[in-house]
Amino acid sequence: MSPMILTAAALAACTVLAAGAVLLPDWAMFLVTMALAKGLVSLGIVGMMRGGLVSFGQGLFYCLGAYMAAMVTNVFGVADIVLISVVAMLATGAAGAALGPLLATYRGIFFAMLSLALSMVLYGTFAKMSSIGGTDGLTVLTPTFLGWAPEGLALQTALYAFTGFVTVVAGVLMRIYFNSERGLITLAIRANELRVEYLGASVRNAMAWNYLFGAMLGGLGGAIAAMSLGHVDPEFAFWTTSGEFVFVAILAGYLSVPAVFLAAIILELVRSFSNLYFPNTWQIFLGAFLLAVIFLLPRGLGSLIERKRTGDKE
Amino acid sequence: MELAATIIVDGLIYAGWLFIVSVGLTLVFGVLNILNIAHGSLYAIGAYAGATMVGAYYSIGGEAFPWGSYVALILAAVLVALIVGPILERGLLRFFYGRDEVLNVLVTYAVFLMLEDIMKLIWGVNPYFVYEPYVLLGDVEIGPLFYVGYDFAVIGAAVVTGLAVWLTINRTRTGKLVLAVIHDPEISRAMGINVPRIYLGAFMAGVFLAALGGALTAPMISVTPGLGANVIIVAFAVVIIGGLGSIEGAAIGALMVGLARAASVHMLPEAELFIIYLVMAGVLLFRPEGLFAKVQARKI
Repeated sequence: MSPMILTAAALAACTVLAAGAVLLPDWAMFLVTMALAKGLVSLGIVGMMRGGLVSFGQGLFYCLGAYMAAMVTNVFGVADIVLISVVAMLATGAAGAALGPLLATYRGIFFAMLSLALSMVLYGTFAKMSSIGGTDGLTVLTPTFLGWAPEGLALQTALYAFTGFVTVVAGVLMRIYFNSERGLITLAIRANELRVEYLGASVRNAMAWNYLFGAMLGGLGGAIAAMSLGHVDPEFAFWTTSGEFVFVAILAGYLSVPAVFLAAIILELVRSFSNLYFPNTWQIFLGAFLLAVIFLLPRGLGSLIERKRTGDKE
Repeated sequence: MELAATIIVDGLIYAGWLFIVSVGLTLVFGVLNILNIAHGSLYAIGAYAGATMVGAYYSIGGEAFPWGSYVALILAAVLVALIVGPILERGLLRFFYGRDEVLNVLVTYAVFLMLEDIMKLIWGVNPYFVYEPYVLLGDVEIGPLFYVGYDFAVIGAAVVTGLAVWLTINRTRTGKLVLAVIHDPEISRAMGINVPRIYLGAFMAGVFLAALGGALTAPMISVTPGLGANVIIVAFAVVIIGGLGSIEGAAIGALMVGLARAASVHMLPEAELFIIYLVMAGVLLFRPEGLFAKVQARKI
């Protein structure tokens, strides 16, 4: 993708999001904010999916990022969302850098299950630690924006705008990364990792970097979700939470970045509406939806966009 | 000394339970190459079915012969296997044989989501209690400690289940056919083995074992929604420690996890919730595919 197309796409995304700020009602703005925050986590999974790996434990970083937000606001009384986002990304980045090289040697189901186990370790630890609220979790202070402390609708809009901006920046950066040398090596690993090794590139190195970026995106998404919800609990790291992130990544496919956020918004919409109208049966729809995607669109929503543009058929 | 004895007894009881709930998972993976997240839901369905059957047994005058409630529990598991097994295998899973393992995990995740709500539709959201079979066997006294007899019965059930599965696979004609299909489905088919039937049979056996685990657990707990989500990841840990597809591995995995958890409950209660995953991560560090995994050549 050339820089010009990328800039145009980023501007278009900003325009759509800005239009949303004006047009969307209050509840929808919250819904989109949460969807984008979770979409960030799924974007990290997509980065690994490009190399053929699916992490079933991104809840680890989502939860870690969220708890960083809670700790920073509760212990230091600082609620600046920019600062908190940076702190959360640094913390989860450090965790990802430590775990990445270890996990990068695992493939397929073992990678999925080991990452799941790690997130469950965090879940178990936090659920038992009464000093950070145990299973009740912690409350998070209302965010401020570089010294500005809005309330009510202004707060909702500011959160939405901040999340939208962060999403666009993250999306652009990840697209640049995907098209970089290491990003393309990742795609080659998906096709055949042994050949990549014989050609002289390090599969492990590429996967460790993908994992690191996934960790940072997870932390960022978690921090933003915590700030907009105003509350965190260990469920953030439970495996069903991670399952939802995988759901979004599968729905989106690994071909397109905007498709990830589109998929995240679709999931939140389906959830909110079926939760409202069919409180006890909405997971049936979700499951059937997932099966339909796997059957009909095995490469995700992104394949619709991508196929039109390049005309390629796998 | 007393602490060690307590840990061993508690650990064995937990290991017995773990083995029953996870052996079906490893069997299904071994034959069908599908890591079945819905195994947790099948366990929960078994628990509900068991609770319902025992309730029904007592309502038709089972008081006179309380031992029949154990038959009711096992019958519940059989029913679940006969009904749910074919629907899932013939209706859905057979379209995914030979596909990517991780994709198959997602397919069963979708099934898991759907079954969670289907259970709420059938059994509602209120808890079910059937304590009668639990107290029927009385208490067992070991030194200064008292244990519920039923817990030891679970260990017995685990041993019987494990032996039955092992003997079927290694000592019968059916078992030989299953081993052939595991080794190479295509050649087996060419040799005249009815491969779809083996797949269906293995999956139904897996469903039966999951449901049996649930049915036997039902008297010990209150059966509520969300039961399956907690069980499946524990079962995952057990079968991954042992090596996917290995029955012996599941037994060793269950023992390791059972003893580790019992030790943590008594000595380090903070770690109770995650010691299982710690053991699993530790094993995978040194044996990346589990203890008893088959060696596989890398494809170029």
